[in-house]
Amino acid sequence: MQALRGITWLLLLQSIGEVISRGLHLPLPGPVVGMLLLLFALRWPLVSHSVQAVAEFLLQHLSLLFVPVGVGVMTHLDTLGHYGLRLAVIIVLSTWVSLGVTAWVLRALMRGDSGAGSHHG
Amino acid sequence: MADFVQLWVYLSTTPLFGLTATLLVYVLAQTFYGRMGQAAWANPVLWSVVALALGLTLTHTAYPTYFSGAQFIHFLLGPAVVALAWPLWLRRGALRAHWRKFAIASLAGGAAAAVSATGLAWALDLPHDVLLSLAPKSVTAPVAMGVAEKLGGIPALAAVFAVVTGMVGALSGKYLFDALGIGKDSTGWMARGFALGTAAHGIGAARAMQVNADAGAWAALALGLQVVFASVLIPLVARML
Repeated sequence: MQALRGITWLLLLQSIGEVISRGLHLPLPGPVVGMLLLLFALRWPLVSHSVQAVAEFLLQHLSLLFVPVGVGVMTHLDTLGHYGLRLAVIIVLSTWVSLGVTAWVLRALMRGDSGAGSHHG
Repeated sequence: MADFVQLWVYLSTTPLFGLTATLLVYVLAQTFYGRMGQAAWANPVLWSVVALALGLTLTHTAYPTYFSGAQFIHFLLGPAVVALAWPLWLRRGALRAHWRKFAIASLAGGAAAAVSATGLAWALDLPHDVLLSLAPKSVTAPVAMGVAEKLGGIPALAAVFAVVTGMVGALSGKYLFDALGIGKDSTGWMARGFALGTAAHGIGAARAMQVNADAGAWAALALGLQVVFASVLIPLVARML
């Protein structure tokens, strides 16, 4: 029952998020507005108890959710074939740049603050 | 044989086929990943995508036919984005204490991804719509599609770039962090997880969760922040250029 309530909360907040996003022409997509709404709503035990189980399940299997879009690569093989090598270079390099910059910046900032590791949780 | 062909023709056109095939292949890929000691190269998303795309090509099944079933899984990306509030909520203490640092790291990583991707695309002379589709590549697929659409890119292509980016991050992150000397102490795991969530969205975060629970939580936090920043800032910057 908690799981059922949890998924209902997620869908309800996503729907409200869609309404707000489209109604106010926000740059944020509906699910992102829904996420921000849920962040505020989680302070109520009624919401957090039921959302916990579903959220953990969904996020644990997050990578499964990318498979259908990923298979869509096959419909763009012509574009990918045409620019394949250049796209591969761009995607690999920019992913490495981003990974490196993020990790380095965060570590440098955390080290500047003594005992940063003890703030977990 | 004729009966079998008829049965296949029937089955392959019902939503049941795409849904079952996706789950079956993913469960097998996940088992294989476990057997291989969760080695980065055995990434379950990569091999599921390869196996399904090959299977569909060999059986001459069109992607839309497959997607009529797989869309039920795809649909869950929306609620999953909403669910990202949960790891943010769990880390609210750290978030409150260090929000400036997280925000700076997230902005720096997101800017590095978008600027280097579009800059390289421009330097390598790629068409404008492909270049615009590369801009949101480090954001999770459903959001990347929305952002690409706003920019005038190709949403389906943006989703593909996002998924490939996620796989590149999940596959190579470990080696890159080792090479850069990012350690495995608590700050090191935080930096590794946060970077994977920022640069390689959900697929990177999934990898981080499997490697180290702490890194996974930071990755989810980074993913949530990246989604908010990228969906606001990328269209805004694009409009000013």
